[in-house]
Amino acid sequence: MSDVPLKQPAAADDADNGEPRPGRARKPIGWSTIMLAALVAVSAVLVYRRDGVNGVTEILSHDLSLFGGILPRVLAGCLLGAFIAEILPHDKVSKSLGPQSGLKGLLIGAAFGAVLPGGPFTAYPVASALLAVGADFGATISMVVSWTLIGYGRAVAWEIPIMGTDFTLWRIVISLPLPLIAGAFGRFVYARLYRDGAP
Amino acid sequence: MNAAFLIDAILWASVAVLGWLAWQRGRPVLVASLREGSMDFIHIVPRIALGVIGSGYIAAVIPSEVIIGALGPNSGWLGVLTAVVAGAATPGGPVIGFSIGAVALKAGGGSPQVLAYVVAWALFAFQRLVLWEIPFMPARFVWFRAAVSVPLPFLAAAIAMAIGKP
Repeated sequence: MSDVPLKQPAAADDADNGEPRPGRARKPIGWSTIMLAALVAVSAVLVYRRDGVNGVTEILSHDLSLFGGILPRVLAGCLLGAFIAEILPHDKVSKSLGPQSGLKGLLIGAAFGAVLPGGPFTAYPVASALLAVGADFGATISMVVSWTLIGYGRAVAWEIPIMGTDFTLWRIVISLPLPLIAGAFGRFVYARLYRDGAP
Repeated sequence: MNAAFLIDAILWASVAVLGWLAWQRGRPVLVASLREGSMDFIHIVPRIALGVIGSGYIAAVIPSEVIIGALGPNSGWLGVLTAVVAGAATPGGPVIGFSIGAVALKAGGGSPQVLAYVVAWALFAFQRLVLWEIPFMPARFVWFRAAVSVPLPFLAAAIAMAIGKP
């Protein structure tokens, strides 16, 4: 795992120059997927040994129905990302969310992440589209972290019912500065790591 | 359920509005982005199937009592560190991390530790990075984003300790 971040910069620079939409370059199934598939297989065997066939099929049917419910939203997220990549003007995005956008760019990213509807199936395609049309790592990190920690989708649907309103609201209040900190930190590190390779 | 329905409605309304905007640019723009989005969808579905259908099994065998026991109120910064590592190792999905966090709170876990656990899980649960983020985004961005997010749960725990909430 530790060698991955080192390998990425060289490969990604080609993508930035030759491929206008880095998110659209489809990768074949990689080591990480294989590792996870193995982990799932081992877990399923452990469940089988502990709970028998019933335990395995019970989890399978529950997860299948969850998967069926998520599928249309995944499609919505993919379409959203594709539309955004097509519609947003490059020059305006790179001006307001690019490397020179300053604190304002991070704020716009964070605000956008906080109001973005949907789950991971929306946030990640949209983030990818933003990167493709000229947002920098800093602003996109602000957006993703803000969606994760401040976005209302997961909080309303899952966190409040499970963790309680009090904990959730304090968790969100405490998280308010974090997207900006992460975005600023990311931009700072990025500028020093990829000084030569940055587009 | 109502909240989920509302979120779905907002989601599809956004798709409709953006689709209309694309159509305003001309039919080819709409067709091209529809095709692009559908191709993304087709490529991503197998990985999401593995993630969603597989995470139930991982959740069924992770030793949640060990995690819950490690988040005690007197565990201090070591407890926060344990929480961050445990959060990264807990499988993604919308429920698992919150459920373990809720049980930890009820079992007398310290708030800053549980907060650090939930924030770390939300930010960089390893399974979510691999199965949700990497299919959609450039891998370089995903690992970079996860790396710069590492200090955040510690920061959240520090703020929680300072203000004595939640």
